[in-house]
Amino acid sequence: MASNKEVFVDPLFNDNPIALQVLGICSALAVTTKLETSLVMSAAVIAVMTLSNLFVSLLRNKIPPSIRIIVQLTIIASLVIVTDQVLKAFLFETSKQLSVFVGLIITNCIVMGRAEAFAMQNPPLPSVIDGIGNGIGYAIVLIFVGFFRELLGSGKLFGIEILPLITEGGWYTPNGLLVLAPGAFFLIGFFIWGLRTWKPEQVEETN
Amino acid sequence: MGRSTTYILGFAVAICLACSIVVAGSAVMLKERQEANKVLDRQKKVLDVAGLLGEEELSKQEINALFKENIVAKAVTLDSGEYNADIDVSTYDQLKASKDPAMSEKAPQNDAKVQRLPNNALVYHVVKNGQIELIILPIEGKGLWSTLYGFLALEKDTTTIRGITFYQHAETPGLGGEVDNPRWKALWPGRKAYNDKWEPAITVIKGQAPPPAEAPHKVDGLSGATITARGVGNLVQFWLGEEGFGPYLAKFRAQGS
Repeated sequence: MASNKEVFVDPLFNDNPIALQVLGICSALAVTTKLETSLVMSAAVIAVMTLSNLFVSLLRNKIPPSIRIIVQLTIIASLVIVTDQVLKAFLFETSKQLSVFVGLIITNCIVMGRAEAFAMQNPPLPSVIDGIGNGIGYAIVLIFVGFFRELLGSGKLFGIEILPLITEGGWYTPNGLLVLAPGAFFLIGFFIWGLRTWKPEQVEETN
Repeated sequence: MGRSTTYILGFAVAICLACSIVVAGSAVMLKERQEANKVLDRQKKVLDVAGLLGEEELSKQEINALFKENIVAKAVTLDSGEYNADIDVSTYDQLKASKDPAMSEKAPQNDAKVQRLPNNALVYHVVKNGQIELIILPIEGKGLWSTLYGFLALEKDTTTIRGITFYQHAETPGLGGEVDNPRWKALWPGRKAYNDKWEPAITVIKGQAPPPAEAPHKVDGLSGATITARGVGNLVQFWLGEEGFGPYLAKFRAQGS
């Protein structure tokens, strides 16, 4: 049985949901053109994952195994809708930019993956920690990608100009590739490369 | 670990009930705030295209007050170009109306790829000392990926453009998304929407356009976003034309209000 600390720390780098398990790529491409949307999306996923792990774990001995996936999805979907409503009420501008991607947290494999793989077998406290840990693991990649995409793609961070653009009298020619989805693929690739150089045990065996 | 069918059904019903209560509860509780946000967002964009919004961030109350002070909303019947006093402008939702078969009709084939036209549209007047200064028209149409929704501000001669802004679109950030760039929007004011025969003439060209005095009907394109830029040109023309606000603006010129 892993300690709470391991449950929290493991998904950050050792077992990162995006970099090692390669889950949740879709949203990582879609919302990371700006650092701000990356942050809000990360917060939304952390909240949903923590709460879904909590509720699934609380009910884990009551959920009939034959319908457990449906039950997990119902819980996750409800949490996502509530999150979307809260964002629309309190962070209207950002929620407009995130548009459908908040709703698509429902289909983010990381959330259901953790509910099924961890929360169904573990008590509430470790489950909540696992949810937060995996959420932060996801957030690290999103923020990494969002940082470089906004900085190199539009010369800004949080909408504040860092590299003066050539179109506005500065010297920096923005890299158009990075504002498009393929740019995020390259960045995630670099992230995984860096991570596996640091932790060679993550490299898969090749035959 | 077998469970009885009754238990499974009961559990499913209980989960669904609990979840629906949570979802419905949050939707109802937050609705007022969300609606307020939407109204505020619209007011902000109208003020922005009217050039009444300065650099500094305004509070909700300030925006509300500024809007009340300067802007009058009017419903206009698109076919006739007449004001429609029967419509309550504070609750009328033009976008919703365009989806309602009873309140809209199918649009004829057009370059802006507008599918449905509402029978009535909401225009805004900027009023100073009882005089109408600007006419603000809602505009929409297809870009590359998405439908762009925005406003166009015209002076009371109904042809001199004072501003353009889009409040909703999903064009590529950095390319088509540059329709939001203040530097591009600043190219519009001073140009003429119509030619001498009162036909919509404003176009978005490829490359750079000379200053308004020399090329009154041309606006610079967006580099790397040809289709979005063409879409903007098409949609502005469409809404200035016969199917859009053409009849209304003609009446406005004739009557001066």
